[in-house]
Amino acid sequence: MLEVKGLRKVYRSGSREVEALRDLTFTVDNGDMVCLVGPSGCGKTTLLRCISGLLDPTGGDVRVNGKAVDGPPPGMAVVFQEYGRSLFPWMSVRDNVELPLKQKKVARSRRRELVDEALDAVGLTGTESAYPWQLSGGMQQRVAIARAVAYEPQTLLMDEPFAAVDAQTRADLEDLVRSLWKRLNVTILFVTHDIDESVYLGQRVVMLSSSPTVVQDELIIDLPAERDQLHTRADPRFVELRTRVYEQIQLAKKAAR
Amino acid sequence: MIKRVLYVVALPAVLFGAWFVLSDNSESFYSPPLRDILTAFGDTWSADRLRADVVPSLLRLFAGYLLAAVIGVALGVAIGLNRRLRATVEPVLEFFRAIPPPVLVPVIMLFAGIGDGMKVIVIVFGCIWPILLNTVEGVRAVDSVVLDTARAYGVTGPARLTKVILPSAGPQIAAGLRQALSIAIILMVISEMFAASNGLGFTIVQFQRSFAIPEMWSGIILLGLLGFVLSLLFRLAEQRALRWYEGLRAAQRQG
Repeated sequence: MLEVKGLRKVYRSGSREVEALRDLTFTVDNGDMVCLVGPSGCGKTTLLRCISGLLDPTGGDVRVNGKAVDGPPPGMAVVFQEYGRSLFPWMSVRDNVELPLKQKKVARSRRRELVDEALDAVGLTGTESAYPWQLSGGMQQRVAIARAVAYEPQTLLMDEPFAAVDAQTRADLEDLVRSLWKRLNVTILFVTHDIDESVYLGQRVVMLSSSPTVVQDELIIDLPAERDQLHTRADPRFVELRTRVYEQIQLAKKAAR
Repeated sequence: MIKRVLYVVALPAVLFGAWFVLSDNSESFYSPPLRDILTAFGDTWSADRLRADVVPSLLRLFAGYLLAAVIGVALGVAIGLNRRLRATVEPVLEFFRAIPPPVLVPVIMLFAGIGDGMKVIVIVFGCIWPILLNTVEGVRAVDSVVLDTARAYGVTGPARLTKVILPSAGPQIAAGLRQALSIAIILMVISEMFAASNGLGFTIVQFQRSFAIPEMWSGIILLGLLGFVLSLLFRLAEQRALRWYEGLRAAQRQG
């Protein structure tokens, strides 16, 4: 279980203070997929960095399975938005996926298995020896997802992972995340600014306000578990839900002005 | 391929040819015809002489260069990773860097004598600066997303240094090493000119003092060739080690 309670983050530089996160409280149950959506510049990335232990919050706390987060917790993997900067260009695809496992002291034969399985799961078998920059943007983000999958996390954080890929690739990658989530039984917290994406992917959508950020609203997505790009997005219930989310986001923007 | 070789060879060939033709009936004692210099080259740089003078020079060069590389990279990483250390030492580094290293030869001679140790120290002192400063810059410039990724996936400790920071700073470190190589050659020669009993710099000065002018010129040509070969070798090694960087840049230009 991922618990975020009263989270607050204030950036200080000299005498200037910028309050990025004001008061955030929400939970994600084990095995759930929850999407965080908010207007642009609402401190989503700050929130994610706090949850992943890369940034110390000013107040409040984050707990993973009851344990307070101070530094990156083991069993948590992150997929960053900037795949081009998050993959190491001096390493082959295989080495990129394998390095975290080496650090976890996974035995060599098991590492091999995990890397092969992960690359297979994201449809990248055969690219092991390529460098990331030899691949297209969508494929690079698949490598980043494979790295996260091979890490065998209980919790997977995704920070606007598909913001920089084209629309068709994006649809494919969304389906990939849904299928991996169902297969691997991981808890996924998916941050996005795309309202349709949040409704399509999540079991629950948490809507954030503009900065300084609070939780604006939460919405259960009661669409069937089997979703596909064509039918789900045309489902009247989908349209209804996305309208609800859209209204909340508009409200959040208006409140900021 | 042939075209590339032609591009590389064309200008040197023209210059050499021009020198050969223009100097052919030179009467000047100090700039003899290239024909004579080339004859002297063959006579002077026999296997014995190469062993007695060129090999010691090269050994000093490599010792000093490698030492400078190891110290420079190690210190550079430490300074680059530690903001407080950087603020403390940076002004001092700028001061030391501004001292022309040949000036230190007489001083270092007082402490280290006139043996090989002195020459190695001079080379280290001269060529450590570009390595050190470029390493500091390279380490500072490591992408924050790269560092976040490493931290999030538990890549810490020695692996963080060897798998993340050093490769990422690699291109800049290589730039420092390249600059340092030419400085090292210059200092090798200068330190041998001050005080030595063998070595290329020493031999060239000996020729000059004994008015063996074509031999002196041949020594200078040899030095030029040596520098050329060394930088060629360096470039080959660099291309191998940083193939990913060339590829990445080419990919970015296209994208």
